[in-house]
Amino acid sequence: MRNGATSESRLARATIMTLGLGFLGLFLVMPLLVVFAQALASGIGAYADAVLEPDALAAMKLTLTVAAISVPLNIAFGVAAAWAITKFDFPGKSILITFIDLPFSVSPVVSGLIYVLLFGAQGWLGPWLAEHDVQIIFAVPGIVLATVFVTFPFVARELIPLMAEQGRDDEEAALSLGASGWQAFWHATLPNIRWGLLYGVLLCNARAMGEFGAVSVVSGHIRGETNTMPLHVEILYNEYNFVAAFAVASLLALLALVTLVLKSFLEWRYDYHGKGTGH
Amino acid sequence: MPISRRVFTIAMLLGAAALAGCSGGGKDQDGKIVLLNVSYDPTRELYKEVNAGFANKWKAEHGQDVTFKMSHGGSGKQSRSVIDGLEADVVTLALAYDIDAIAAKPGLLDAAWQTRLPDNSSPYTSTIVFLVRKGNPKGIKDWGDLVKPGVKVITPNPKTSGGARWNFLAAWAYGRKAGGSDAAAEAYVSKLLANVPVLDSGARGATTTFAERNIGDVLLAWENEAYLASKEIGAGKFEVVVPSISILAEPPVAVVDANVKKHKTGEIAKAYLDYLYTPEAQDMIARNFYRPRDPQVAARYAGTFPKLNLVTIDQEFGGWKAAQATYFADGAKFDSIFAKIRR
Repeated sequence: MRNGATSESRLARATIMTLGLGFLGLFLVMPLLVVFAQALASGIGAYADAVLEPDALAAMKLTLTVAAISVPLNIAFGVAAAWAITKFDFPGKSILITFIDLPFSVSPVVSGLIYVLLFGAQGWLGPWLAEHDVQIIFAVPGIVLATVFVTFPFVARELIPLMAEQGRDDEEAALSLGASGWQAFWHATLPNIRWGLLYGVLLCNARAMGEFGAVSVVSGHIRGETNTMPLHVEILYNEYNFVAAFAVASLLALLALVTLVLKSFLEWRYDYHGKGTGH
Repeated sequence: MPISRRVFTIAMLLGAAALAGCSGGGKDQDGKIVLLNVSYDPTRELYKEVNAGFANKWKAEHGQDVTFKMSHGGSGKQSRSVIDGLEADVVTLALAYDIDAIAAKPGLLDAAWQTRLPDNSSPYTSTIVFLVRKGNPKGIKDWGDLVKPGVKVITPNPKTSGGARWNFLAAWAYGRKAGGSDAAAEAYVSKLLANVPVLDSGARGATTTFAERNIGDVLLAWENEAYLASKEIGAGKFEVVVPSISILAEPPVAVVDANVKKHKTGEIAKAYLDYLYTPEAQDMIARNFYRPRDPQVAARYAGTFPKLNLVTIDQEFGGWKAAQATYFADGAKFDSIFAKIRR
């Protein structure tokens, strides 16, 4: 039976589709094409030069390093938080849920500044850090901290509804059969959440590699050392080096495309898994 | 259990990464000397050349390799970063006020830093000129033409950009001279700001707005930035117009005492700044469209840098501290003018 939403006139449907697709084309597809067109404007040789230039390579290495550190950290934090929230009852639970969402509601600039205020030379911990010769801000640790902060909700947010829906039955069964807490997690919980977890990890990784605002505040912008790929793109652009800027930007765009494909795949698996086995 | 061992390994790696993060100058693993120069936006091309020249000279005289790390950004922001712990061996910023801000923090930099090198510690100067589109279609010759109806002026925001503060003060100096009073100057600057369609946050952003995005009829820019933009973005697309009066900008340099002490780079950092005053570096400075201090080099490039009436910040505005308080502090002249325009 057709419902109201699909019984619109042909004209209305065509108009809505045109609007939707037109919007998509104008605001998503065209900018993406522009990135690649600009990147290849001076030919493939200039593109290769820009991408293989030492500062660009250093930026890529840094971006990959930061993602490689912050994503596993967020897997650990995210799974632990989701596990605690959905499998146990404790006072302050709703506050914890609110705090997990905090990085989504705070501007990235603020996310960066809080670390400057904490670890900067004039910050709370600044004098102690200086005494022990530990550099956090304007170095890799600061960039990792800022990235962990802004990507914190991705894994936890993905898992909480999923684990809440699945309830505690599997774990309770495992525990009553004599499994240790770790075994219950490893053999009962993890298989149930793996697709959701992968999905969260993917989004977390994409944001970790693409983050600009928070990282810009704590980076110090030292060429070849504390510039991540998004920061390097800005610097090249400001140097009138448009081909190189868009060449590096195109790598980020490619990353986004790969993320999209993987995301679609995971959504499909996730769905299939959810429906296929059921709980 | 293998899992806990894996977790342990990850934790160890994280610890190692945290310890390895050292971003200042000093010596790297191979004993090469590393200097971190924290500079403002439009000096990228200049210091690329200067760094190479100094590295050659130092290698020839001392047999040591020196590598440079550069950080560029808005002058005020860069100063803030050094205060917050970016371990710059030397700072080369847009205006003395931003280095004064570093010296105001205890222990970082001697308060008398500006007297340690010749010429107010400014090895080069610059001024504010106009960049217009080819053929100068709006017929812009001097400051008076900027307030004509229909002329769109591009200048960055003086709250965030050092260059924009120089622009603002140059315009003020013209208004004062043309009208004879501060009230006339305020009226002139108000009309000028009313003709500004976009206030970018930095000098480079404003140049890109004008040259790449084709917005506006005239860009108020550093002289070096104006020449660089017309060279890099499109030869023959723009013309530089030198107004009758402008301001002498003295971008200063300083060794950051606390950081060079920590990195043991005091001697080489000082030699690096001294190098800026040598004829060799002064020539690079002139080639990058900054006005050199060395009279002989200046004479060689006289064609590039036309003579014009230049007021100084000290004589005209009583120094940067006073100018900052009168014009750019919260609620000061710029804010009140801007609020009136937007009403």
